[in-house]
Amino acid sequence: MIEFIDVSKVYQIGDTEVRALDHASMRIGDGEFVSIIGPSGSGKSTLMNIIGCLDLADEGKYLLDGQEIRDYTEGELAKIRNRKIGFIFQDFNLLPKLTAYENVELPLIYQRAPHSVRKRQVEEALRRVGLYERRYHKPTELSGGQQQRVAIARALATKPSLFLADEPTGNLDQKTGRELIELFHQLHEAGNTIVLITHDGNIAKEAARSIKILDGHVSDILDRSEIEEVV
Amino acid sequence: MLFQSMKMALASILSNKMRSFLTMLGIIIGVVALIVLVSVVRGATGEVTDAVSALGTNLLSIQILDDKGRAISVRELEDLRRFPDLSEVAPIGRDIADIRYNSKTDTASVTGTTSGYTQIQKQELACGRNIQGPDEDNHLNVAVINYETARSILSAEDARDALGKEIYLKGIPFQVIGVTEKEDEDMQMFETTVYSAMIPYTSLMRLSDSVGGGVRSFVVSAVSDDRLSALESEIGNWLDTRLSHDREAFTLINMSSIMGAMDRIMNTMTALLGGIAAISLLVGGIGIMNIMLVSVTERTREIGIRKAIGAGEGSILLQFLIEALMLSLLGCALGVAASFGILCLIGFFSGHHFSMSPQIITLATGFSLFIGMIFGIYPARKAARKKPIDALHYGG
Repeated sequence: MIEFIDVSKVYQIGDTEVRALDHASMRIGDGEFVSIIGPSGSGKSTLMNIIGCLDLADEGKYLLDGQEIRDYTEGELAKIRNRKIGFIFQDFNLLPKLTAYENVELPLIYQRAPHSVRKRQVEEALRRVGLYERRYHKPTELSGGQQQRVAIARALATKPSLFLADEPTGNLDQKTGRELIELFHQLHEAGNTIVLITHDGNIAKEAARSIKILDGHVSDILDRSEIEEVV
Repeated sequence: MLFQSMKMALASILSNKMRSFLTMLGIIIGVVALIVLVSVVRGATGEVTDAVSALGTNLLSIQILDDKGRAISVRELEDLRRFPDLSEVAPIGRDIADIRYNSKTDTASVTGTTSGYTQIQKQELACGRNIQGPDEDNHLNVAVINYETARSILSAEDARDALGKEIYLKGIPFQVIGVTEKEDEDMQMFETTVYSAMIPYTSLMRLSDSVGGGVRSFVVSAVSDDRLSALESEIGNWLDTRLSHDREAFTLINMSSIMGAMDRIMNTMTALLGGIAAISLLVGGIGIMNIMLVSVTERTREIGIRKAIGAGEGSILLQFLIEALMLSLLGCALGVAASFGILCLIGFFSGHHFSMSPQIITLATGFSLFIGMIFGIYPARKAARKKPIDALHYGG
């Protein structure tokens, strides 16, 4: 369960104060498939960073599974990122010197999982995204779509309950993007929570529920036609 | 986790071989300086110390400069045996004599002494026997010659061939009763001539004009190392009384003190050179810190990704610290290997053998580890403390 209560995030850019989130409140329940939609500069990435425990809010409360995130130490936040959240970034964020296998294995290493467990889970994740055969390839030897699938495998490997995807189809062609969305549907059907951040109305419509973000304010989209207006 | 961190660190080092090598160069030079300088100093001083040590450390060497008109006799020296701390006493007389065997003649150093001397010196013979009491008592013309004399003057292929032969010293025949072991080169620096012969002191008194007037030089050994100081005091007092309380009339050299002084000199030089080498290692450490800081900045985004997928501060710190430690340890290993090669080369060209002691390798390794730790911790902490969001969006 993700719960934002009056969350604000302010950036100081020179003399200007930019309020990326302005008293934002929302709730995403366990097992939901939610898209967060908003135009560029609306505060989507800030929202994702705070949901993903990569950044902290300046004001308000963020409760993850009922626990206030601010109460955790950096070490505990690292564990939350590792065990509860699976990140899928727009630009994949794979380590270029590691192979696909090693990239997928990395979060399990930080989990201190034994070798046999790592091997099983990495292979399972790579098979699921259809890249088992290319496991020893480095990211530079893979296409954009394949790289994103490695990133998804990395997120799958630790079996998190929350998948957080920031513009996951942004760097992919339409066909690969479609395959990715299908994968999200499968993960959702398996009971996982999916939070999809996008500025693409068609992608946003894939989610059962959409939240719009405009000038740091968030609110639920009740009418699907509103999606087009936001983007 | 540790193994994975080591694997990652090694991969990172290998991915930038030239830069890693240049980073290690400071440590390599430091280790080479430390090992080579210390090994050469210890080797060189060790050879001198060994040579002095071979003469015996448990002994006092006495020179009589002025006997105040009363010559010290061999019998008087024998009386010194009353001192409980004294083990052996032996007069020493030296002269240079013509040595002849058949048609071969040369000059030899002749030492006159008693059987006690061979025991004090723990003199080992290649064959035959040492001078003994009856030789002295009967003023026998017998000689123990050195290996070189047997080989060159007596043309003996085997030392045993020289036994029983008659050589002439200053024209007087002496029967060869023993041949000493072949001397090493270090010992030869104490000899004025290549050829030497040892004869009973009483025989030398007859042979030499300069030795006849009383004992001018003698050695005594103590019953044990720890009684040497007490014996030094006893002999000193005896000489003081015997020579009319004139401390200038004699010199008393404690070989153990000389060894101690040499040890102190060697340790001081080792510490001095080791200190200089340590400074270059320190400079090498600064090089490691510099490159690690650059590496942390370059890999900020990587740190961000790692943190985003769950790496804690400890994991990042460990990864970068291990990388710094690996750089310094690899540098140390290369430095040790290079030192071995350099010492072999020095040994080859100088004709001396210089070995690396395990202690100096341990010291170099320990110091490199220390340097890696000290200079690696700051960049590693800097990496570990980066905020995930700042690191993830660094440069992009």
